[in-house]
Amino acid sequence: MVTNPLTRNIDFSRQPLDLAAYEKSGGYLGLHAIARGLEPADVLDRVKESGLKGRGGAGFPTGLKWSFVPMGEGAPQQKYFVVNADEMEPGTFKDRLLMEGDPHLLIDGMIIASYAIQASKAYIFLRGEYTDSERILRKALAEAYERGYLGKNILDTGFDLDIIMHTSAGRYICGEETALLNALEGKRANPRAKPPFPQVSGLWGKPTIVNNVETICNLPGILAWGIDWYRSLTKGNDHGTKLFGISGKARTPGCWELPLGTPIRELLEVYGGGMRDGLQLKGFLPGGGSTDFMLPEHLDLNLDYDDIAGAGSRLATGTLILLDDKTCPVGMIGNLMTFFSHESCGYCTPCRDGLPWVDEIFREFERGNGTHKDLAILEEHVDYMGPGKTFCALAPGATAPLGSGLRYFREDFERHITEQRCPYKH
Amino acid sequence: MTDNAKVQITIDGVTYEVNAGSNLLQECLSLGLDLPYFCWHPCMGSVGACRQCAVKQYRNDEDNAGIMTMACMTPVQPGARISIEDPQAKAFRAGVIESLMISHPHDCPVCEEGGECHLQDMTLMSGHNYRRYDKKKVTHRNQYLGPFINHEMNRCITCYRCVRFYNEYAGGEDLSAQASHHFTYFGRHREGTLESEFSGNLVEVCPTGVFTDKVFSESYTRKWDLQTAPSVCAGCGVGCNIAPGERYGELRRVVNRYHDELNGYFICDRGRFGTGYVNDAERLKTPLDGAGNELDADAAGQQLREIAGSAGGTIGSARGTIGIGSPRAGNEANFALRKLVGEENFHTGYSDSEHACMQLIAEAAGDPQFHNPSIREIEQADAVLVLGEDVTNTAPRIALALRQSVRNKALELADGANIPRWQDAAVRELAQQERSPLCILSSGATRLDDVASDRVIDTPSALARNAFELAHRIDSDAPSAEGGSSAEDDIDPLARIADHLLAASRPLIVAGASSGDVDLIKAAINIAGALRKRRGNGASAPVDLCLLTTEVNSMGLHLMTRPKNSLGEALRKLSAGEAANVIVLENDLYRRAPHAQVDAALAAAKASVALDLLPNRTTAKADLVLPVTAFSEQQTSYVNYEGRAQLAYQVHRNHSAARPAWQWTGDFEHFRQALLEGADSIPVFAKLRDVLPDTSSLPGGIKVPRQSERYSGRTAMKANLNVHEPKQAQDPESALAFSMEGVPPLRDATILASTWAPQWNSNQSISKFQDEINGPLRQGHGGTLLLEKRTESGGFFPPPVNGDGAGLELLPAHQIFGSEELSSRSEAIRKRMTGAFVAVAPADAVKHGLKQGQGVRLSVAGDAGGVSVTALTCIRTQTSPGAVALHVGDREIDFHGLGARVELTPAETPHGRGLGELIVSDLAREQGDV
Amino acid sequence: MSTMSGQVIASTALPSDYLSDEEIAEIEHERTLYPDTRAVGLEALKIVQKQRGWVSDESLLAVAEYLGLPVAELEGVATFFNLIYRRPVGKNVILYCNSVSCWIMGCDQVREKVSEELGIEFGETSEDGEFTLIPVPCLGDCDRAPVMMVGPDLHRNLDRQDLGELFSRYRNNQD
Ligand SMILES: Cc1cc2nc3c(=O)[nH]c(=O)nc-3n(C[C@H](O)[C@H](O)[C@H](O)COP(=O)(O)O)c2cc1C
Ligand code: SF4
Ligand code: FES
Repeated sequence: MVTNPLTRNIDFSRQPLDLAAYEKSGGYLGLHAIARGLEPADVLDRVKESGLKGRGGAGFPTGLKWSFVPMGEGAPQQKYFVVNADEMEPGTFKDRLLMEGDPHLLIDGMIIASYAIQASKAYIFLRGEYTDSERILRKALAEAYERGYLGKNILDTGFDLDIIMHTSAGRYICGEETALLNALEGKRANPRAKPPFPQVSGLWGKPTIVNNVETICNLPGILAWGIDWYRSLTKGNDHGTKLFGISGKARTPGCWELPLGTPIRELLEVYGGGMRDGLQLKGFLPGGGSTDFMLPEHLDLNLDYDDIAGAGSRLATGTLILLDDKTCPVGMIGNLMTFFSHESCGYCTPCRDGLPWVDEIFREFERGNGTHKDLAILEEHVDYMGPGKTFCALAPGATAPLGSGLRYFREDFERHITEQRCPYKH
Repeated sequence: MTDNAKVQITIDGVTYEVNAGSNLLQECLSLGLDLPYFCWHPCMGSVGACRQCAVKQYRNDEDNAGIMTMACMTPVQPGARISIEDPQAKAFRAGVIESLMISHPHDCPVCEEGGECHLQDMTLMSGHNYRRYDKKKVTHRNQYLGPFINHEMNRCITCYRCVRFYNEYAGGEDLSAQASHHFTYFGRHREGTLESEFSGNLVEVCPTGVFTDKVFSESYTRKWDLQTAPSVCAGCGVGCNIAPGERYGELRRVVNRYHDELNGYFICDRGRFGTGYVNDAERLKTPLDGAGNELDADAAGQQLREIAGSAGGTIGSARGTIGIGSPRAGNEANFALRKLVGEENFHTGYSDSEHACMQLIAEAAGDPQFHNPSIREIEQADAVLVLGEDVTNTAPRIALALRQSVRNKALELADGANIPRWQDAAVRELAQQERSPLCILSSGATRLDDVASDRVIDTPSALARNAFELAHRIDSDAPSAEGGSSAEDDIDPLARIADHLLAASRPLIVAGASSGDVDLIKAAINIAGALRKRRGNGASAPVDLCLLTTEVNSMGLHLMTRPKNSLGEALRKLSAGEAANVIVLENDLYRRAPHAQVDAALAAAKASVALDLLPNRTTAKADLVLPVTAFSEQQTSYVNYEGRAQLAYQVHRNHSAARPAWQWTGDFEHFRQALLEGADSIPVFAKLRDVLPDTSSLPGGIKVPRQSERYSGRTAMKANLNVHEPKQAQDPESALAFSMEGVPPLRDATILASTWAPQWNSNQSISKFQDEINGPLRQGHGGTLLLEKRTESGGFFPPPVNGDGAGLELLPAHQIFGSEELSSRSEAIRKRMTGAFVAVAPADAVKHGLKQGQGVRLSVAGDAGGVSVTALTCIRTQTSPGAVALHVGDREIDFHGLGARVELTPAETPHGRGLGELIVSDLAREQGDV
Repeated sequence: MSTMSGQVIASTALPSDYLSDEEIAEIEHERTLYPDTRAVGLEALKIVQKQRGWVSDESLLAVAEYLGLPVAELEGVATFFNLIYRRPVGKNVILYCNSVSCWIMGCDQVREKVSEELGIEFGETSEDGEFTLIPVPCLGDCDRAPVMMVGPDLHRNLDRQDLGELFSRYRNNQD
């Protein structure tokens, strides 16, 4: 039984599998099932039943999302499927691995997803800096076209699908799914108001589904080996496997496919090799830059959506960023604030004008000019830019490490003020 | 949404009835509640960018926590419970202002917006008052944006209203949001004049002082030091409502005055920037005799009376004195002259071709088959045909409305997708390029082509034949035009247009008098008539037929003049000696008729009198010149294209010997009598009396102040002369006072002189005067529609006979900046004017050896000795071959002398202005297209 | 600009041969992939930048003119994105990751070495015109931080690299 459906073909010591090899390893089975008469509604049902949740950050159930697409006679004919391959969340390096390690897995999944919603056009919205991913995916796409898995009337199903590679001109906000749509349309990538959701009015006003690369890579396995198999993969409450990563000062940072529900400690100690010599874990961000800090005391929680939420954070991308005891938490949060401030699209007020202020305050802390007055302003901004207050989730994402950092590492902020310098700098 | 259903919601414990389908912000404002906002605009809807309008919304009665929501983005739900006063909501709103202020310069003392700044108002309302931000501010470089608009980007609060208005609402293309995060910038891609004809609205749309009125800032005054009165723009035949402001005897600026059926919140740049002539040093100040000697007013009045009476002995006798009226003067001035010379001697003052058009336009206005739509109704059209008018240049505000009409398709799609119409960005995204049809038949490019669904470009004569044929296609009873559609495309454009119009639920036909082409108007009537027939009589509403008049009072003038009393007839009578004298009211006849005819008539006249406000070629030839007041210096009524009579109040006094023309020519003591003269003696004007305000609510002689409650420095104004508080001038003519005393409009006054409400110093205070957002003003008064419908409908007109000839067909090319006589004498407008030019097709340019920007001579076809005119060549790719469009407006050009067909020859390039300020999309490049 | 356009505000007239045949072919290919020209606008800027290194005012005008898009709008798009360069850049653009994982792994210290090596700070181009140094958000290779890209190539574990040698490889790789 396959236990690592996402990475089973990945081996960076060789070239990624070409179409034939991929197929030989059990790829494109879903497409062949479709060719044998699997209906779009059947695909949707299976995905719903699998319990697959989006791996792009929000963890929204994928089947449910698809089910909002208006189908049938009265619905708009043109629909679009978009893969969000804009990976730019600080500390996140999982989608790159999938695309460069097994490109056909993504294409395989895209065909399944597009078929389910009857989209005849799909775009890969790829981060512009991912030049290797682009090259590798383009090659795989050409193979798929040549093999007749893409194009008109695929395998005589009457289903047409074109997959178009779009390389982004670069902005973190493009990862937000509605901003992504604006970017694809060649506009300034400001997010859009929801409702209406993209499922109803998305790309060029047509029903559109946006899914993360990793989410899509789950689909071929689900269609090939079934719901029961998929559900059996997990160790916890959520189904399937997931890519988990570690960056920061672990002994062996990296990215691994593990069952959901794997204990965090196992990830850190078994896979990450524990902290480097002489360093203690002080805290970690569990799923990229826009998640709340967790503490060493949380290490025995499991990598499950609910467990992590219980500790006040989010599983999100599942890539841990480690903060060690020799690294300044104020500096680390400040680095994130610079990032968020620069990547704000400039559309709504709290984010556009709140983040730069926050960022400036961190600069002052770094220079040894931090004050309690500024600390209070930081605190206010956590609430001010929080969920529901801003136009999209970028600024609330920024408040996650900020708010939890202020809570957990208060002492470090205080020391910056009293010592009028960064206590971690020698 | 179209339904008017009401639902109940609770706001801070009080239950209200509000409109279902609307959003919370709009409904709170309709209820008169103070909820701050920036990015929302009453007619541009919601986008949720600024986050200023946050309120708490509770799920149910038990929910005490509630969630923060942006009122402008939240649909009204029956039974909803919300709170504006919730401490968290208030704190958040104060936070938003604090954010917006972190880089704002706090330069209110030197900012033109100060005192009427929405940002100031909202800052106070939100309770933010101390700047804690002590870091570096973001600063920007400003751009030169042309003669109308200043740019001060540091004041920007990034609400995106400017680009939403300029690009999305008005179709401008040269302003955009640039860069991002807190460096977001609003400007052109490089410095230069803003191209949109509606750029001035940026001044009012921007909630702070980024875009300010450059003309105003040259002689700047705070809003509270302006003397303001309700007025009507005299720029074209639309009659937009404006609020001009004066100080020290100078007209300082014009801003939009809300009218729910007409201009709404926006006016065009001609209207806003085209009143500088009022302050012109050349203004006529004293009566002059033929030699230019100044006369005293009594003597001049006496002379006028003698001239009027001399010829026939008695005033008003048939063989006496000819009166030539004016479409740019108000009704009262025309009434008075008409009374003075007698109805049979009173003539219209516009050109003969326009005279003929006006007969048809007014005829159609009385036809029960048709409805003459207001601007609000124009915006509701779901298929439009524009016939021969370059609406942006002849009735600009209507062009802006037509641009909105094409959005009806989008709104319909939004309804279908359950997206509220006020969700502006979402509706635009859903609809993409889907638009309601806008079909334009013309002889050249128009400024609405970018949203047109169907374009047919042809010579004027072919255009008319096509239009007649179109009517025939719609209903076969309408006569066919032989030689109609010449198009041999695979899709016959006329068939498509006919389909669009027939499929529409509210089709609209637009034509007008600006082309002076009666055949086009007849064709428009035929098309509307054919549509009416096909839609079934009785059952459905009349078909919208909008026939545009060219000047502020063309319609009023027409209605009081006998059909045969054209200008040509007046000139003929004078030349033939059938009349001895002539009195010309506010009119430069050289703009209206062939120069030779005017010369001959004036030479033949025993005595000629000209009443006007600026010298022109007609005043130069007159034996007696009487100075008259400008639109803002007098009270008067005008009749617009719809037949809507509106009263324009006097804003300020003219201290010279100039008077309203009716005072020179009439024997009335008061304005009221001058108005009633027409209302009592001319049946169609009977309802004119209704434009007079109902002052019954104003107790005993109390008036409405023209000056605001905060009018400052009144005693200091003439301190160099006299430190005493002078007695304020009295206004015996209207319900307004030239002072700050009286009943301010907020408290029950009938007249809305300028909008102001406590905490609302900016123009956004208008919501305090509306019934509900976008509803009628509580103060009234939207004017009075004069025209009654007849009982019987007219029939179809026969098509014109094919009159081929030598040469090219001549038509007028109107320009928003330059074609209107008075505005073109305003400093700001002059900066945007071009030299006289002739638009020709590339093929014709080649044929006649013409070069872009160089001289061309037009002469009467086949008449070597005839009139000729020199102008600049303007090669435009969209001009119909065989047609040439001559810019009208240049004072020296004898447009009417040229006739219908002309010949072109290369000529010396005339001196003066080039084509520099011409904004067109189809100018041929020197090599490429020619 | 043609002689006429100096006088005419609305005109963005440029000689129509500004764009190379190659660029036009690529732009035309993009046109087939998107149902709306605006989308092609952003793609065309990328194409022009690929050929010319950056997007000059002339390039912006040429693209706008070629596709019939308003220049102001295209400028709004061009200045929004990080990877469209509206100022000239060196032959090799260094995208230097300074996001959180790289920061923890000492990217600031390594960046000082880069600056020393090349004599440029963020946003600057080396005197020889070879390198432009630009900060970039997380490059998605955080387990091998610190990382940077030079042109299309990703370089990992920078703290263990001989930067002098690395840059000279690019310097010598003249075509
Ligand atoms: C600021 C911001 C950045 C985001 N960046 C990404 C991203 O780079 N990749 C991604 O897949 N999702 C990203 N998301 C989440 C997407 O909006 C969206 O939820 C996701 O693509 C949906 O895919 P899924 O349902 O498969 O998770 C981002 C969200 C926000 C608010
Ligand atoms: S310039 Fe004015 S209107 Fe435009 S976004 Fe800025 S504040 Fe708003
Ligand atoms: S007015 Fe509601 S968010 Fe701006």
